[in-house]
Amino acid sequence: MTLQADPAAKHRPTNTEATAGLSVRQRLGLWDYKFSPYLYIAPFFVLFAIIGLFPLAYTMWVSLHDWSLIGGKGEFVGLGNYVEVVKQDNFWIGLRNTFSIFLLSGVTQTLGALLLAAVLNQNIRAKTFWRMGVLLPFVVAPVAVGVIFNKMFADKAGFINTLLGGLGIDPIGWHSDVFASHVAIATMVNFRWTGYITLIFLAAMQAIPRDLYEAAMLDGASRVRQFLSITVPMLRPTIIFVVITATIGGLQIFDEPRVFDQTGQGGASRQWMTVTMYIYELGWGAQQSFGRAAAVSWILFLIITAVGILNYLITQRISSGTAPAKPKQTAKTSRKAHQ
Amino acid sequence: MRPGRLMMRIAAMTTLAVAVTACGGDDSGGADANGEITLTVATFNEFGYEELIDAYEDANPNITVKLKKAATANEARDNILTRLAAGSGLSDVEAVEVDWLPQLKEYPDQFVDLKSDSVEGRWLDWKVEQATTEDGKLIGYGTDIGPEAICYRSDLFAAAGLPSEPDEVAEFLGADWDSYFEAGRTFTAASDVPWMESAGAVYQAMINQVERAYEGEDGEIIAADNPEVKEIYETVLAASEEGLSAGLAQWGDDWTTSFQRDGFATMVCPSWMLGVIEGNAAEVEGWQIANTFPGGGGNWGGSFLTVPTQSPHPEEAKKLADWLTAPEQQIAAFQSKGTFPSQVEALESDVLLATENAFFGGAKTGQIFSDRAAAVTVVPFKGPMYAAVNDAAQQAISRVDVDKTDDPDSSWQTFLDEVEALG
Repeated sequence: MTLQADPAAKHRPTNTEATAGLSVRQRLGLWDYKFSPYLYIAPFFVLFAIIGLFPLAYTMWVSLHDWSLIGGKGEFVGLGNYVEVVKQDNFWIGLRNTFSIFLLSGVTQTLGALLLAAVLNQNIRAKTFWRMGVLLPFVVAPVAVGVIFNKMFADKAGFINTLLGGLGIDPIGWHSDVFASHVAIATMVNFRWTGYITLIFLAAMQAIPRDLYEAAMLDGASRVRQFLSITVPMLRPTIIFVVITATIGGLQIFDEPRVFDQTGQGGASRQWMTVTMYIYELGWGAQQSFGRAAAVSWILFLIITAVGILNYLITQRISSGTAPAKPKQTAKTSRKAHQ
Repeated sequence: MRPGRLMMRIAAMTTLAVAVTACGGDDSGGADANGEITLTVATFNEFGYEELIDAYEDANPNITVKLKKAATANEARDNILTRLAAGSGLSDVEAVEVDWLPQLKEYPDQFVDLKSDSVEGRWLDWKVEQATTEDGKLIGYGTDIGPEAICYRSDLFAAAGLPSEPDEVAEFLGADWDSYFEAGRTFTAASDVPWMESAGAVYQAMINQVERAYEGEDGEIIAADNPEVKEIYETVLAASEEGLSAGLAQWGDDWTTSFQRDGFATMVCPSWMLGVIEGNAAEVEGWQIANTFPGGGGNWGGSFLTVPTQSPHPEEAKKLADWLTAPEQQIAAFQSKGTFPSQVEALESDVLLATENAFFGGAKTGQIFSDRAAAVTVVPFKGPMYAAVNDAAQQAISRVDVDKTDDPDSSWQTFLDEVEALG
């Protein structure tokens, strides 16, 4: 090990010359400076590669084969599994149900949470109580929510139909009717998630500078106008975040429809069978075909990516005109709230 | 900064990575130096094995038995299938429900052949047949069975001016399904209460009396062309159309609630259903059991103990499964949790025959279900596609009987399409 630097390095060095002329110790120090930040974040990416990327690639590999749950890998079939599943009616029914439930829950959830957050952002009494209160449903396990809502949405003896009966309205077939079952399931999803999203919005709202509102008030803007022209545009990064996560979660919906009846197959005419339930049925049901299940998983992955990008583009257009003053700040708070 | 730190960091990260990956290891026991052996037994719901296992450990001091209980049979099934696929992680003794046993019989190499002289003639013949693979391997020891009787509401019968004592009702119901439906017509003429819970439950009971309903000798699906299936389908839906069915999906919330609301008058009643009725119909008086079953005997459900070849101690596991399914132990399990034994000797035991049930008017349930078990003559063949076809058939019936969104003909057509897609 040489401890002395090359005297030639004394003239103003170019970059390569600089490193070339350093001692081993200095060089290690430089590497430490250059590479250790990457090393610090490496565990996440290593874990992501193991539990995220690898399964994704492996699922693709599985989807190209005849692959039985127990028997394991069979013949290579190329895109055969994909062709097979898109020919099944149940696949399309699953897709229809997934999108219907996703729209019913996603849209109501986001708009509802936005309004709730706006209300909670006002000067109201017992602020903390209300703010924590909206989060309560989130603590309840989805399956427990399912049990409770199943009692309410039971077709004959359910609470809601009894109530409707009292008002002289015909009972609704919450389980037999396609759209009604989607509404019931979307209600469960909304019950669970609206409060959580409200808090994310609320945190972001509190980061909006007060002087913007003061200026607007001086200009004589109404509350509604303030909400639409200041709050919503300033929340843009948060709204994008919420919409993207809601898309990912909403299109993968499983727990709530799965526990909506006792057999968990999505109803006799598959009224509320979602794509993820279909994946489960293909893989673990009678067919035990991991190959087909993997094919549907990949189709779903592509659909989610496409819808995610579409939603991103739509939400990006929110603040046309009023450029957000401090988008970074709101983004930061929203992330904090998420944690 | 000293260069050594970087190396330390790398070392620390590597350790972390190793620690993370090492979490995947399992602690399934092996024999240690003293010949101590740990066996795991995986069951679901209630098998009544807790005290038995203590007794076994006392009798075999070198063996420790760990009991793992899954909440539901489906959970246990998913666990077994996943671990079979993974090739490790199964318990030494795994309990299996008869409905998904066919799926496992597809992989006889994964299970130890349990044939032995000590269990020869222990069970009812059809119980043994269910766990025997095509090449004659016995992969499961029978635990319990579900012989079926008819449970009914004696108070509703009496209110309709009909005989209400169990013996009289057994006669009134008659020996076959036609007379059962005829009795239903007589009943509904005099009462507002529907005769049966659902068309699906009766369909299940009837299809369980057909030897080969859905799958042929070569494993091909014959459900679509089998006239027996179509006939049963039409019979139960005709009964539903006549208003005999309450149209309640079994296990659903409406079904559960209906026990408290005079929802229906009779139901197909395997031995394990007694506990379910008692739970749902708490405080309701009048439930009785008629010692009869239309169309001969019938069985619904029941379980087995298997020993996967993954087990490091197959011999010891086999001995334990043998002991647990011996008549004495199954009678103890019956007394503890009410699982009805499948062992010939147990069915004749005085303890069993003397068992009474206060909720069902002091009915001699041991004697009744022992008779019902003896009446079972047909063992339905359940191949690997049985569950899928049966689910499709049940959904077809449900669309008409429960949801009322379809008519019998078009629902049958949908069923045919679905069966086609399975093939």
